[in-house]
Amino acid sequence: MTAERDLGERRLALWLCAPATLIMIAVTGWPILYSFLLSLRRADLRFPADQEWIGLANYATVLGNPYWWTAFGVTALVTVVSVAIELVLGMLVALVTFRTIVGRGVVRTVVLVPYGIVTVAAAYGWKYAWTPGTGWLAGLLPAGSAPLTEQAPAIAIIILAEVWKTTPFMALLLMTGLALVPEELLRAASMDGANRWQRFTKIVLPLMKPAILVALLFRTLDAFRIFDNIYVLTNGAQHTSSVSIIAYHNLIGGLNLGIGSTMSVLILISVAVIAFVFIRVFGAAAPG
Amino acid sequence: MAEIVLDGVSKRYPDGTTAVHDINLTIADREFVILVGPSGCGKSTTLNMIAGLEEISSGELRIDGERVNERAPRDRDIAMVFQSYALYPHMTVRENMAFPLTLAKLPKPEVAAKVGHAAQLLDLTALLDRKPANLSGGQRQRVAMGRAIVRDPKAFLMDEPLSNLDAKLRVQMRTSIARLQKRLGTTTVYVTHDQTEAMTLGDRIVIMYSGVVQQVGPPEELYDRPANLFVAGFIGSPSMNLLPAQVRDDGLHTIIGVIPHRSRGLPPEVVAGIRPEAFQDTRIRGGASFTDTVDILESMGAEKIAYFTFETGETGESGGTAFGDGAQVVARLDPKSRAREGEPATLWYDPAAVHIFDPDSGVNLTA
Repeated sequence: MTAERDLGERRLALWLCAPATLIMIAVTGWPILYSFLLSLRRADLRFPADQEWIGLANYATVLGNPYWWTAFGVTALVTVVSVAIELVLGMLVALVTFRTIVGRGVVRTVVLVPYGIVTVAAAYGWKYAWTPGTGWLAGLLPAGSAPLTEQAPAIAIIILAEVWKTTPFMALLLMTGLALVPEELLRAASMDGANRWQRFTKIVLPLMKPAILVALLFRTLDAFRIFDNIYVLTNGAQHTSSVSIIAYHNLIGGLNLGIGSTMSVLILISVAVIAFVFIRVFGAAAPG
Repeated sequence: MAEIVLDGVSKRYPDGTTAVHDINLTIADREFVILVGPSGCGKSTTLNMIAGLEEISSGELRIDGERVNERAPRDRDIAMVFQSYALYPHMTVRENMAFPLTLAKLPKPEVAAKVGHAAQLLDLTALLDRKPANLSGGQRQRVAMGRAIVRDPKAFLMDEPLSNLDAKLRVQMRTSIARLQKRLGTTTVYVTHDQTEAMTLGDRIVIMYSGVVQQVGPPEELYDRPANLFVAGFIGSPSMNLLPAQVRDDGLHTIIGVIPHRSRGLPPEVVAGIRPEAFQDTRIRGGASFTDTVDILESMGAEKIAYFTFETGETGESGGTAFGDGAQVVARLDPKSRAREGEPATLWYDPAAVHIFDPDSGVNLTA
């Protein structure tokens, strides 16, 4: 009787899940599979007649190409530097806003403003600011300098734009972690003789570790796929491309579906590796 | 070991509320003092001010003769046990107990020795490598105690350390704490809302109500000579019967009849307080008595608790005041008592054991 009902309920559960599952397969599973299949083909839309299965030849082409590796290096650099700065700044912002007593709501809202601005709009703001002659930031530099036309300054500006944009998100995630540290533990620690810094390093940080790892994981995955800031600021000129930018240029600009798809698959693999490292090595709780 | 002096200490919050009003208290070296009162009476605030976790608004706090108002908690050399135990979840029992010592930068062998000694004292040796999450409530409580005693501080502050334990363990830990305090001889301030805990543990009890100290004294004194209605009602279980009474020439007219008492010098209306244990169902020479139907009888084994319900309005206007249910009388009787539920019983009491309180100020007029 109950077994029968259990079976019925289970069947109903499957039916209820089915539409969502089908949609997920249609909108994510199939595109991933399709781009993987494309990556195994010579598929250049400029030569539509010349299409065939070429195995892993596209992978050899991409991985043997210095442009890919430069982009990979730039992406890794932007990711590591911006996430590191965001972590420190985000933690400071989180600590300050968490301790704010007067106007806490206003402070939190103000802090979140950069995150609420559309990335492309913010990126144009930064672009104009650094444009010689008109920009308010470029005006601060020595005459004749055009920071967005050189690799190192351009990457620095890309990192600045990233940090400005996403520090609030980091702060928000860290704030939820701070809220998990019981006030009484901090009181106990100060009774035990810990000063402010010791309370932070020995009590707050260890207890926040899960929140910190989740925040780092989110931001690292996001930062690795950086696209809009670079697209607006330099469009990848002067060796400032990220992997997403060159994938886009090959796929959309160059109409080379095979190479572009190969790059997309490589990005997917990189992201999966990052997630795996975070979850397995650092023991971050799986997000969501 | 230290003497702690609270000299006119008050706590006012920015919004104008006064949590603690002008406490004057000298806690002697090695003394075990209990701060007791209902929630919101200011006892925890007082403890936190001694700890340094809350700022003192006015007055002076001295430890061993030195003013410490402005010192951070870590510079007061005081250990505290929290109600939630506040164990660090990411550290083992050993690390938890060693935490204050490592912060004090003691050499490792010394830390190990002190932790080992404290663990032995509290029977925690087998648990040293566990994390708090894998301990029972009683074990956690002991770790919290251990973290306090390893440092050998000037004083212990305990904020309701037993209230998260079940009743049986609470009684057990109560005696352990008393024994430990006697053995270590460390000045201890202990906050509780439980009058039984207060009565059994403390050398002296400080009773607080709405931020004001009501009475300070050894347990027997508070029990025998409560300073006011609040103390009378708070100390003792079941609590004192507080009966509104009208003062006439022949004595005090109450719902249990006339209590013989000289009426000279008393206001026209008073509150008569009789402890449940002041009643007995055998005749007292020179005593007074009342007869009524036993409403409910609870047999506790070692005693019987009898409840009598009186019609309100019998004494007129003052029945059922704010000082308690004027309509009910509780008596604590000998287990051999012949009182039966639903049957009338005659109870005797010694009029000299009756406390008389001023109904307006609450002051005990007989103490």
